[in-house]
Amino acid sequence: MVEFSLPPGSDPVVGKTFKAPSGAKNVKAFKIYRYDPDSGNNPQIDTFEIDLDDCGPMILDALIKIKNEVDATLTFRRSCREGICGSCAMNIDGTNTLACLKPIAEVKGDCHIYPLPHMPVIKDLVPDLNLPYAQLRSIEPWMQADTPAPANQERLQSIEEREKLDGLWECILCFSCQTSCPSYWWNADKYLGPAVLLQAYRWIADSRDEATGKRLDYLDDPFKVYRCHTIMNCTNTCPKGLNPGKAIAEIKKLQFERQ
Amino acid sequence: MKMQSHLGRARNLGASRNGVGPWWIQRLTSIALIPLSLWMIYSIIGLLGADYTAYQMWISNIGNATLASLFIVILFHHAQQGVCEVIHDYVHDKTKLYTGLILTKFLAAVLAVACLISIFKVAFGG
Repeated sequence: MVEFSLPPGSDPVVGKTFKAPSGAKNVKAFKIYRYDPDSGNNPQIDTFEIDLDDCGPMILDALIKIKNEVDATLTFRRSCREGICGSCAMNIDGTNTLACLKPIAEVKGDCHIYPLPHMPVIKDLVPDLNLPYAQLRSIEPWMQADTPAPANQERLQSIEEREKLDGLWECILCFSCQTSCPSYWWNADKYLGPAVLLQAYRWIADSRDEATGKRLDYLDDPFKVYRCHTIMNCTNTCPKGLNPGKAIAEIKKLQFERQ
Repeated sequence: MKMQSHLGRARNLGASRNGVGPWWIQRLTSIALIPLSLWMIYSIIGLLGADYTAYQMWISNIGNATLASLFIVILFHHAQQGVCEVIHDYVHDKTKLYTGLILTKFLAAVLAVACLISIFKVAFGG
């Protein structure tokens, strides 16, 4: 049965408060989810007061400042800091997004930062993404073609064929959409989720791929695709402005077309 | 304790090849219910305050009896499919899951047959 309350030991409690330096004039409070599995304690929400006059403009800048100057134990993933690697996906101000693309100025009042929802937490803001990565592997996200590539030439596409991949290839696999989907929360082990299905459609839509039927076979299942109830949280939250809901609808249309 | 790999867990039992059929039937029945529901509401409003004989005359009409029967069959099929979807979403314990699914389908079938028998009984002089 779905659990509507957190399991024992998962309820966050009020944590420490780190005051802003004296003399700071432009102070903003960042309330950040902290969890250390080795401590055996409940997660806690720590408050960090940051002087925005001495901080970069993005949420990731604030997190790096906290880690460098206030609490070095704060744990989060980050790499490119420009919305390409997808590492710093987290729940900021109630919405899954990338910390590096989210301006602090867009958050009114205190800034609440949690890890991506409904995933096991490894530490602080770092979720365990092993299952969605395995689900991505299960849809075989690489080109499959029996026809050998032309000698000394790439496999060609027309402009129209290439255009079908727009809105799909840009996905950076941050899993913001995946973890915003209630259907994925309740059935993560069976439903592939919006990020994985967008990737599945990216290969189904590729004119160079010759395994379309096999790909559609793998997805023809009441759980793998049809747990999507078009809630559209995925499309609303995507930090890259993509539309996983549309990609899932295209898969359903193709499934119907080949009946 | 589960030692299964993440990929094994993701692939699970594979695809049942039964995804698009129920999905299409659900869409088809929902589209069919739009005109049928409007017709039913319009008919009932037209009969408000009428006596039993007026209702009997209305349902004795072959067109009305056909549409009412279709409405009942499609309505209960759509309803049980929707409830089963909700059960699949939220109930993961296998005993509770299958009990819920069987009871839902059985209840929908009983209610639909009861409605159909009532229609025929009144239409053919009950």
